[in-house]
Amino acid sequence: MKIELAQVSRWYGNVVAVNDVTMTIGPGVTGLLGPNGAGKSTLLHMMAGFLAPSNGTVTLDGTRVWKNHQVYRHIGLVPEREGVYGFLTGWQFVLSAARLHGLPDPVEAARKALATVEMEEPKDRRVETYSKGMRQRVKVAAALVHDPPVLLLDEPFNGMDPRQRLHLMDLIRSMGAAGKTILFSSHILEEVERVAQHIEVLVAGRHAASGDFREIRRLMTDRPHLFRIRSSDDRRLAAALMLDDSAGGVSLGPDGLEVRAVEFRGFARLLPRVARTEGISLHEVSPADEDLESVFSYLINRSS
Amino acid sequence: MNTVVAGITYRALLGRRRIVLLLLLPMALLGLALLLRLMGSDDQRSTMLLMQNFAIGTMLPLLGLIAGTGVIAPEIDDGTIIHLMSKPISRPVIAQTKFLVAASLLAVFAAVPTYVAAWLLVGNEDAIAPGFAVGALVAGIAYAAVFLLLGVVTRHAVTIGIVYALVWEGLVGGFVPGARKFSVQQWAQSIADQISTSPFLKADVTLGFAVPALVIVTVVAVLWAGQRLRVLSLTGDE
Repeated sequence: MKIELAQVSRWYGNVVAVNDVTMTIGPGVTGLLGPNGAGKSTLLHMMAGFLAPSNGTVTLDGTRVWKNHQVYRHIGLVPEREGVYGFLTGWQFVLSAARLHGLPDPVEAARKALATVEMEEPKDRRVETYSKGMRQRVKVAAALVHDPPVLLLDEPFNGMDPRQRLHLMDLIRSMGAAGKTILFSSHILEEVERVAQHIEVLVAGRHAASGDFREIRRLMTDRPHLFRIRSSDDRRLAAALMLDDSAGGVSLGPDGLEVRAVEFRGFARLLPRVARTEGISLHEVSPADEDLESVFSYLINRSS
Repeated sequence: MNTVVAGITYRALLGRRRIVLLLLLPMALLGLALLLRLMGSDDQRSTMLLMQNFAIGTMLPLLGLIAGTGVIAPEIDDGTIIHLMSKPISRPVIAQTKFLVAASLLAVFAAVPTYVAAWLLVGNEDAIAPGFAVGALVAGIAYAAVFLLLGVVTRHAVTIGIVYALVWEGLVGGFVPGARKFSVQQWAQSIADQISTSPFLKADVTLGFAVPALVIVTVVAVLWAGQRLRVLSLTGDE
């Protein structure tokens, strides 16, 4: 099944949360990547029918998602917020999902879903006694109980320990390989890279990039990088670096040098070589814009 | 009506501390009735005062508020409603089920204690006890619908509900004669008056107005709540 977003925008008063996004999510695993506050949740909520687009349409195989409860026969949703009744046991929670779907054999469906997320053992404990990772897993079980062709997960790996994370990653990958349409959001590139074949990048509400993870990775590493360098002789180092093409610009300040590296790999080789031949010792080399926000803002500027 | 939705809603309301809230006011009502009886004031006049001022005037709207908003507002607040709303069940059915749960709770925690309290004082004399019990039941159903709607429409349902129950019903209804026509409590009394033959009970609003008003308010509120639930937007934490 396919989720299609056509020129979707969502604003709250004067604040634009999602700005003119057009994308198609097909079978396989798609990662929705973006920094916190980029509008990932807003976009996911619109895909799940919990928020009306202010403009544009969201459709599932051609049928409109908003105000259409029949779409939930095909969609499994794992919300980021807790969304789990603490007073129910894990078993009761997943079983209630199976019953709400009107499945012919809810008990068997619930048993199978809990087995899929390895939650059989603690299933008779109340959800309020669960760790965050366990809650996350019963939510996944409840979303999978009717074996939906489409699965939407909002920051599914948050709060999970590494082992649970790997397990859920395997699960998502295998379901994607089986032909389900899976979309999950995350603000961590590595997470997305390990699970998704396809990545959609959302920055400040805008669709900044789209493609296979290698392509996104390349976009992110090939951009100009800004480094802050302190050395035994900043002035001489600046002059030496300027002789090479891979250093695009050098500025000398009281706190050391700021170097704009046009080509990341080339500069990474250049710096130690220059320092050695000039006999300068490097005290500090730190990326000045390595945070995800600036990586994303680069993508945004590039796309506009 | 969806039994799974009803089951979860009952558990949410009865399984936790909220049941204490639901029990507190009926216990107080029964306590007052017992006290009056022990003090020898078990006559029709004091029964009427207790019924009008406490059972219908205080307990019923507050219980209506607790049950009516309680069946849905906390779930909308903490996001658990998403579990019900992400299923192929029409949202109006969810609203109707929640309404039925609230109405049934009001029958048990408001109408039954109202009957028992009146019965403790005057038995079944002049049909006062059944009159107020039916009045409380019907008005309880209307309150369940109105407060359910309030719980869906606003996050400040409890505050608005208290202001409505106390200010509108209590003060305005008490001092502005015209406003009495639009008071659920007055409608409850009209019904009680119809059933009871006691000379101490004199309703201000005619039955011909009260019954259609109760029906319209209840139906409109439940349908409206269903429509509002259809377009309820849930947003993430960002």
